[in-house]
Amino acid sequence: MSARVRLASRRDFLSGVFSAGALVLGARFLPADAAEAESSLDVTKMTWNPSVWVGLNHDGSVVIVSHRSEMGTGIRTSLPMVLADEMEADWARVRVEQAVGSDKYGSQDTDGSCSIRDFSETMREAGATARTLLVNAAAARWQVPLDECQGLNHQVLHKKSGRKLGYGELAEAASKQPLPHNSTIQLKKPSEFRYIGKGVPGVDLKDVCTGRAVYGFDVQVPGMVYASIERAPVLGGALRSFDDSQTKLVKGVEQTVTIDHAKPPYGFQALGGIAVIASNTWAAAQGRKKLKAEWDLGPNAIVQTESYKRDLIETASKPQKVVRKAGDVEAGLAGAAKTLEATYYTPLLAHASMEPPAAVAMYREGKVEAWAATQSPQDVQKTVAEALGLKPEDVTCHVTLLGGAFGRKSKPDYVAEAAILSKKVGKPVKISWTREEDIHFDFYHSTSAMYFKAGLDAGGKPVAWLQRSVFPPIGSTFDGKSVYGDDGEMGMGWTDVPFDIANFQAENGPAKPHVRIGWLRSVANVYHAFGVQCFVDELAQAAGKDPVEYWLATLGPARKLDFKGQVQKFTNYGKPVDQYPFDTARLQRVAEAAAERSGWANKRANKRAVGFAAHHSFLTYVAAVAEIDIDANGKVRIPRVDIAVDCGPVINPDRVKAQFEGASVFGASIALLGEITVADGRVREGNFDKYPVARMNDAPRETHVHLVPTEDALPTGAGEPGVPPMAPAIYNAVFAATGKRLRELPLRKQKLA
Amino acid sequence: MIQLKVNGAVRSYDGDPEMPLLWYLRDELQLTGSKFGCGMGLCGACTVHVNGEAARSCLTPMSAAGGKEITTIEGLGHDGAHAVQRAWEQIQVPQCGYCQSGQIMQAAALLKQKPKPTDHDIEEAMSGNICRCGTYQRIRAAIKIAAGEGAEVQS
Repeated sequence: MSARVRLASRRDFLSGVFSAGALVLGARFLPADAAEAESSLDVTKMTWNPSVWVGLNHDGSVVIVSHRSEMGTGIRTSLPMVLADEMEADWARVRVEQAVGSDKYGSQDTDGSCSIRDFSETMREAGATARTLLVNAAAARWQVPLDECQGLNHQVLHKKSGRKLGYGELAEAASKQPLPHNSTIQLKKPSEFRYIGKGVPGVDLKDVCTGRAVYGFDVQVPGMVYASIERAPVLGGALRSFDDSQTKLVKGVEQTVTIDHAKPPYGFQALGGIAVIASNTWAAAQGRKKLKAEWDLGPNAIVQTESYKRDLIETASKPQKVVRKAGDVEAGLAGAAKTLEATYYTPLLAHASMEPPAAVAMYREGKVEAWAATQSPQDVQKTVAEALGLKPEDVTCHVTLLGGAFGRKSKPDYVAEAAILSKKVGKPVKISWTREEDIHFDFYHSTSAMYFKAGLDAGGKPVAWLQRSVFPPIGSTFDGKSVYGDDGEMGMGWTDVPFDIANFQAENGPAKPHVRIGWLRSVANVYHAFGVQCFVDELAQAAGKDPVEYWLATLGPARKLDFKGQVQKFTNYGKPVDQYPFDTARLQRVAEAAAERSGWANKRANKRAVGFAAHHSFLTYVAAVAEIDIDANGKVRIPRVDIAVDCGPVINPDRVKAQFEGASVFGASIALLGEITVADGRVREGNFDKYPVARMNDAPRETHVHLVPTEDALPTGAGEPGVPPMAPAIYNAVFAATGKRLRELPLRKQKLA
Repeated sequence: MIQLKVNGAVRSYDGDPEMPLLWYLRDELQLTGSKFGCGMGLCGACTVHVNGEAARSCLTPMSAAGGKEITTIEGLGHDGAHAVQRAWEQIQVPQCGYCQSGQIMQAAALLKQKPKPTDHDIEEAMSGNICRCGTYQRIRAAIKIAAGEGAEVQS
């Protein structure tokens, strides 16, 4: 976010009028040109704005709207860049405006790795429309045929005469042109792309490197107070009584305020508790330490991770609801030359983005203005409105930069807290969670148990495969009765296993949650890919085959999968299979690329410990090879990871590579370190000492990302699909190193020797 | 009354002497480039320089900052001109960027101490700084660029 974007209108605060503009990202010290900066960053105030996405001023400056949240993927750069390219706008003259929450943009929920997939066409059309109108305006002025004119790098060129008119000079005239008919709008040919497929430096890069970038944690508005909330330590707990007499003695503490406890289903509600309101962050935290609170802990206070885990595994050991059926798995197993079975387990995980949840909200006269690190400003509008009995349109949500999110910040409970408190204290309130709050009150990535049984024929080929997963589903957060995975969760690496096995059965068993369950980067794919990709490695071992060769043979011939007749509903990430087929040839290609580019065969021959996994998620095909070392102290190091990716045509290659580099580290955290546990219903871990995430000395030393795009396919996601193959690739490498098959995450809790 | 210098400017403070420097910088001076990540010195997001050395401002009470020269990311190089900042930009190290002020401050302190750090030096100095987006490979490469040992991004 440029330094200017964050400029707030003090005028608006002082006059008590809410700013309608999308630029107010927290009031700080306002330079003299603040008003100018403000109007120059609002497409609706430009000389001309042909759509909600773009505006052009007479001075040639262009503002393009980013309606997606920036949490590290580079989307605030990549999508505007697509528009600029089609418009033939000079990127140096483009600035990016962050959209407030508004349904006029369509979905703003930045998750599911779908921003490029779902909006790059929209951006191209918006850019091409703007370019067409500018060309029309120039042709009219010159009185020449349209086809003699071309938009070219911020100018319209009359090809015959060589005359040129700058975009700025044409802004006024373009604004009077009738909108062109769709058939007259021509998209550029890929050979004409200026930025698409090449990339530009990130719009926030400089601000990040100089400390000027503004995150939710950084928002300050005049008159703001700081809140720190003591919440029930167990989900479902309620406040019995509290004593704040010592709290009120802390210098800087103004008052305490209670928030009603949330009732199931919890959804995105504020959890409730006692808020200490103070003049700065430190005073609020000190005041909270002095609170004495008594809680009714509720039914979850008996939950222990150890017994909960046993129950999951027990459920997975018995027949459960069939969610995919091909052939006759019982007969297949009965007729097999050899059978294998295994049980895998994965723990709860916390998101632990570097910036904990944070927001500022200001309630005034039936309206709320909020500034939040949020993936979903429209959900902020809905959630805050519901909490305060308002309409969503009464809530304005400004989106700051997000200091990481990974799915946590699509759930705006923390913004609701700020809004509820602002209404109660009559001032703008800032909520900034501590790391302990972040770890204790997350919407956790689910814990799972998975049972597998396979039958091999005499040649080692799998002829039957049975798999059963059990995990408390995300749906339980929104519907207290939900205990089974829904079609979406099942379609994330469970019912869509692509192996060519005649007798295949997938089942899913019930599990009740005791914490809020949510989605974390790549969601159910994390545990499903872990189980499936490790178990197929076990079969390769049993068959005495090279794991990659065995994997490719098991994938079978090239075909497009729709699982018709086998699965009740194949969700395919919400996309039609004719546009986004699940093409096993593409999965095969990335698998082969990862093996080749990593030097798989050589490394195996040289007794290097390498592990392989490949997985399709978010319509993207990914294969990974992890190489590990185990030192004398038993510490696992990952000298190298190779990831091959087919996400279709690539818009911004450096940022796609960065996403997969990052995914290899995120995956290493899951494989080596991550585990949330519960004692008496309370989360035990609280900070990075007990909930470690990968540091430089844990992370893969080198991650080589190999882009092998299918150019005639549609672009698909990049943020999440790198994560699922990482943990199984690492575990399969651990097997190669030790000969020991480990089936539970994380590695630091397992005995290697 | 505690006196200190922040980015070259003399400041005085008369609040709770136990308050960590981080909150003074952020809440009182509006220098929000130094970030909160853990409050326990476990993640390095709050790293600043105290008398030229890297320090975790979340663990540095104001009483200990008295008489010291504090440099934050905002004061490191004029408009991002420090070699570390330029290297960070050159190979686009940041993803979400939240931890990067701390990473840059830590790296700048390392290079001041060891202008030509080995891989081992880098790992030793930087492993206290967590990046959840996983930019470590580029951090390593950028430090080498800043040290004048140009390195390409690996992938």
